[in-house]
Amino acid sequence: MNGVPTLHRIGGGLVLLLILFTPFVMLWLGKPFWLDIFTRLVILAIAASSLSLLLSVAGLASFGHAAYIGLGAYAVGIPVYYETYGGADWLASYSGWWHVLLGVTVCALFALVTGAISLRTKGVHFIMITMAFSQMILYLLVALEEFGGDDGLSVDLRSEFVVPGAQVLGIPALNMEEPWVFYLVCFAMLLLVLFIVAKLRHSHFGRVLQAAKQNELRVKALGINPYRYRLLAFVVAGIFAGLSGILFANYAYFVSPSMVEWTRSGELMFMVILGGVSTLFGPVVGASVFVLLEHFLSRFTVFWHLPFGILLLVVVLFGRGGIIGMLKREPKT
Amino acid sequence: MDWTLVLTQAINGLQLGILLFLLSAGLTLTFGIMDLINLAHASFFMLGAFICAWATLYFDSFVVGIVCAILGTALLALIVEKTVISHLYVRDHLDQLLATFGLILIADTAVHLIWGPAGLAIPLPSQLQGQVRFGELVVPTYRLVIIGVGLLIAATLYWLVNKTRAGMLIRAGASNRQMLSTLGINVKLLFTSVFILGAVLAGLGGLLIAPITEASIGMGNDIIITAFVVIIIGGIGSIKGAFVAALLIGFIDTFGRAFLDTIFALFMSVDSAETAAPAVSAILVYLLMALILVWRPQGLFPPKLR
Repeated sequence: MNGVPTLHRIGGGLVLLLILFTPFVMLWLGKPFWLDIFTRLVILAIAASSLSLLLSVAGLASFGHAAYIGLGAYAVGIPVYYETYGGADWLASYSGWWHVLLGVTVCALFALVTGAISLRTKGVHFIMITMAFSQMILYLLVALEEFGGDDGLSVDLRSEFVVPGAQVLGIPALNMEEPWVFYLVCFAMLLLVLFIVAKLRHSHFGRVLQAAKQNELRVKALGINPYRYRLLAFVVAGIFAGLSGILFANYAYFVSPSMVEWTRSGELMFMVILGGVSTLFGPVVGASVFVLLEHFLSRFTVFWHLPFGILLLVVVLFGRGGIIGMLKREPKT
Repeated sequence: MDWTLVLTQAINGLQLGILLFLLSAGLTLTFGIMDLINLAHASFFMLGAFICAWATLYFDSFVVGIVCAILGTALLALIVEKTVISHLYVRDHLDQLLATFGLILIADTAVHLIWGPAGLAIPLPSQLQGQVRFGELVVPTYRLVIIGVGLLIAATLYWLVNKTRAGMLIRAGASNRQMLSTLGINVKLLFTSVFILGAVLAGLGGLLIAPITEASIGMGNDIIITAFVVIIIGGIGSIKGAFVAALLIGFIDTFGRAFLDTIFALFMSVDSAETAAPAVSAILVYLLMALILVWRPQGLFPPKLR
């Protein structure tokens, strides 16, 4: 069993390398649209990884994770809208730094407030209340007529990340409009999120969360109140999902309330479960399989949700541990 | 204040509340008794509407449509319970959530395959198309029918759960499942029956609203979330709680949408009231749920502890 963690790390590294290089190989083979698909894949992998911090580490089945993607996306959409069409000078900007600051702050605050309320509840109540808060964001965005209501907003320009002084030193500014530059930015973000999640899992913080998931009473008996740890995990996961939302708005040049529909949260959960809950790279594998399947199936038929639904049923009913779990399972001797 | 408008909105609120009750009655039972989160409840809502629409058009009779829809949803519920749901009772909530989400995807696509991407309208018989006058108040007959049928079903359900042997088993199941099976009750049969009962109620809700909104793919996917809010506010497993909470939410949602701008205008400028009101009224229901959960985490009428 000693070899398993290293094996897992090597496998995870291979998956990441495969994700990093495939679109460039395809670009070289004359199939540039793969870059687009893989950008989406990486962004969703960030969101799924952030959800796995709650699902697998803390054992909190949050069913409203799409809300943070929406909040992050609108933290790009609204400033860009005002900068392009005028109004609300204090908010308007093309600056990516401002978008990140805004998105992270809003997501952290929303996670703090809703988490503080939701974490008072358990089990079914927790699932439903997180979903309800996400619906709140959905209907709020639909009700905001100024930002397109139901139809959403188009984002005319991608976030600009200008490092002060960099031009003077001769370092060129990051051109996010260039698809492969944007892809590398997304990939770097995925690496950062995975790194932090991996560190958190093995920290005191992560251990407390995992212990509280297994036996809350014992953790309390040790004089630790799991509530605060869970709330912090909730906020961290919210911030990461917000970052993926910021990237998504840039990717799609578009934000809309449909990003917050509860079915999106369900899809994120599916990715985490599909890849395997208890591993670091599970969500990445899950998001990859999800996006690629979606791509291939939707090319064959408009009814691609049908095989998707069946796959979901099969994974839940028979495939405990997801794809990585199945690979890891040792044959019985 | 325009009292005719208030009364009209009250009737709309009552109608929404009744509809929510039909959906949440089944949810709260499956939740309370089987400890099952069933998102696919939304699909039975949709299937009831579609089967009714199809049969109404095919046999040219709304009544036949209703009978077909009830039998159809019951049969489908039986099949789904036996093949998928019965394996989920022992699983955790996350698995149940995902598996029933899968069922929604399957049901939505199946409806798309069978009836095409567009919705189906249900033509009402001429007797139900008119309007009823109460002085200045004019109400479409069909809305009164929905309210009447809904109240009738609520009363029947109350009788069934509180006065019959089957209801006694249901209540016993909600408070202590293990004890029930120890006493030699066929729990499997009870679970299947409760699941079918819930699905048929959801289907009834769908077919009742379909003549107004028409049957469309995914029509239950939004209202199911509100139904979950209802059962959480009402207390999971309590029919009475579901009824009270459904009406409460029906009224609050409808009145919020209709009058919040007028109320806001009392203490802020008309302009800002008109911007703020739609946003606040859209989330009023969820605010209410958050407040109630802070105050009473188990909901308003939690069933007696197991």
